[in-house]
Amino acid sequence: MNVSLLITCLSDQFYPRVGRAVVAVLQHLGCAVDFPAAQTCCGQPMYNSGYADDAAALARHTIDVFEHSAHVVTPSGSCCAMVRRHYPALLADDPAYAPRARAMAEKTYEFVEYLTRVLDVDLRELGCRWDGRVTCHDACHLRELGAMGESDRLLAQVEGLEHVPLGKRDRCCGFGGTFAVKYPQISGAMAGDKAGCIAASEAPTVVCNDGGCAMHIAGACRRRGVSVELKHIAEVIAEGLGLMDAGSV
Amino acid sequence: MNEQTAPVTHEGERVLFPPLPYDMRRRSDAAVKDDALRAAVEAATLTKDTARKATFAEAFGERYDALRGLAERIKQHTLDHLDYYLDQFIDHAEAAGATVHYAADAAEANRVCLGIAEREGVRACVKAKSMVTEEVRLLEALQAAGVETLETDLGEFILQLDGDAPSHIVTPMIHKDRASVGRAFERELGAAYTDEPDALTAIAREHLRDKYRRADMGVTGGNFLVAGSGSVVVCTNEGNGTFCASTPRVHVAVVGIEKLVPTFEHAAVLLKLLARSSTAQPLTVYTDILTGPKRRDEHDGPEQLHVVLVDNGRTELLADPVMRDTLRCIRCGACLNACPVYRTVGGHSYGAVYTGPIGALVTPMLKGLTNYPDLPQASSLCGACGEACPVNIDIPHLLVHLRNELNAQRVAGRAERRAFKLYAWVLKKPWRYRWASRLVRFVLRRRADDDGYVTRAPGPGKGWTETRDLPAPAKQSFRQWWKQNKRDEPQRHRDTEVN
Ligand code: SF4
Repeated sequence: MNVSLLITCLSDQFYPRVGRAVVAVLQHLGCAVDFPAAQTCCGQPMYNSGYADDAAALARHTIDVFEHSAHVVTPSGSCCAMVRRHYPALLADDPAYAPRARAMAEKTYEFVEYLTRVLDVDLRELGCRWDGRVTCHDACHLRELGAMGESDRLLAQVEGLEHVPLGKRDRCCGFGGTFAVKYPQISGAMAGDKAGCIAASEAPTVVCNDGGCAMHIAGACRRRGVSVELKHIAEVIAEGLGLMDAGSV
Repeated sequence: MNEQTAPVTHEGERVLFPPLPYDMRRRSDAAVKDDALRAAVEAATLTKDTARKATFAEAFGERYDALRGLAERIKQHTLDHLDYYLDQFIDHAEAAGATVHYAADAAEANRVCLGIAEREGVRACVKAKSMVTEEVRLLEALQAAGVETLETDLGEFILQLDGDAPSHIVTPMIHKDRASVGRAFERELGAAYTDEPDALTAIAREHLRDKYRRADMGVTGGNFLVAGSGSVVVCTNEGNGTFCASTPRVHVAVVGIEKLVPTFEHAAVLLKLLARSSTAQPLTVYTDILTGPKRRDEHDGPEQLHVVLVDNGRTELLADPVMRDTLRCIRCGACLNACPVYRTVGGHSYGAVYTGPIGALVTPMLKGLTNYPDLPQASSLCGACGEACPVNIDIPHLLVHLRNELNAQRVAGRAERRAFKLYAWVLKKPWRYRWASRLVRFVLRRRADDDGYVTRAPGPGKGWTETRDLPAPAKQSFRQWWKQNKRDEPQRHRDTEVN
């Protein structure tokens, strides 16, 4: 399987280890992975903030960059939702790009989805072992992908991993892009609520498969003195398969 | 009694009708620090939201989505042919003996109601809960005209007594706790203090029963208008709507024109969804179907039934090709209960009658986008509202649409618009992105503490670090790593550098 990685701007800058984990896992599963270097940002910040024209321009750029990719995989549910749900709508009136937007939407997958729905992976067969207790935060955009809770199945296949439920699990952490900066009191209160639930779970690790949520939750926990480590499921799997050292950054 | 008809905040503003343009943050920033408020709203909404999901799963399972789709189509079809169904409703309602009035705006709605009250010599009026009467401020108008009017929905009754305003479209006093109700009863009704729910209800009942007997006019809203029969459908849980519609001589139903449905069969579909979405009940305890006033051979019912059809901006909204979807709303409140922002800030932070996600759409449409610029923006777009909506209103999409409108009308600050233009400009070229991200990484990493967190970010990051720390970016970006380590591994696709 030929897979192109859509790293997303946040993972590129803040969580490159997630990208490395995704590459390692996909290659381990037999995929040829490439990274089209001209990619920048999917345009989601512009889209959400009401700058549809700029979002469309970035959508066109991203479509160009991944034109020849067979499958596009991204470690972020929200960027995947942007491509899958909003690209076709944004470019519906552009005769040159409308069909390409639909094609891009069809071939783009969020990492967990790609493992469960396309590659049909069973981590037990692969001997994935990761010792520790985790809780799991679902990024809201998984709602749009119909993939809420999808990572549970994979986590359950990891030997040694104990998954403790997170209170109010499907509750938004309050990130929401510019919302976090424009309405810091509201957004911060939502993040505080999330940090409280995480503290109550007593898990030392939170699995969170979206760069934006991860930054937000990590920052909120830090401010409130809740000591946890945020990990993408790709990191858990890469470590569990011995493709990456647990401590490495 | 005047201060009771126009609830004000501690800052002297009217709770639901603040000075415009409205700045949400002034209230919401205080609300997030009000632990009692947040606890009350959180507990009630979480219970309702959880029960809603369970009841739909149990009653319809997989077929729930098909049911929502059907409800959506029924409402949309009716809205698409609203003039036709309005005429049909008026014909049938009049044939059944009702008097139908059309009110173009709030002032006219109140004039019509006051006209009826005056002609009929009404001195006392009892009123059921209705959002549209809140919207047109009918209670204030009646009181000002000397018609003693009492809210009979338990929640609304308490709010009226306590000089407070509703904060939720279904559960008006969701922001209050029992103790404050007990205190209000003690103060206003001379009852001995209690915070036992049953005792409180008994006190209210006792007080209200006498008022029903003395009232000459009853005012209700309407959940549905059935065009095929000219009926008004009123759903309540306490039976107060039934009392208001049947005990006094004159019944006035004030209803928004978007409440129309073609026939009972269609109303039945929506009834299956309404109470389940609102309160996780299969049906409300009372569902009154009112077709005309008391007939000659009947013992009970009002002598007159007036239906006041309220437009107040709805036809204009119907003409908006995108935002018209909001007219499908059946005011079930599910989106409020599901909304993490509503749960955090409470209804009064919205500064308007309609609160929560649907309020964030409807309020700017009815009262001016420039008057309520925060409402479409104060959302994380998490999508819980759209998922909860029984008539498939894509609320997040419409919020984004209004954000586009805000930018088109240049409501957003110039600095913000410029920042976004610059941001987009940078992202359009990979080399610009690479250089800019290097700069940002450098600046933020220099500010980071030993654990790798920025506690006071500059520029646009300032808001972030007001309430959270900001993780610093990585030393090496993913793309730098790839270039160093992977670029030359044989891959099928060339990683093309298109600058
Ligand atoms: S928008 Fe939908 S969920 Fe919200 S109140 Fe209206 S019908 Fe209910």
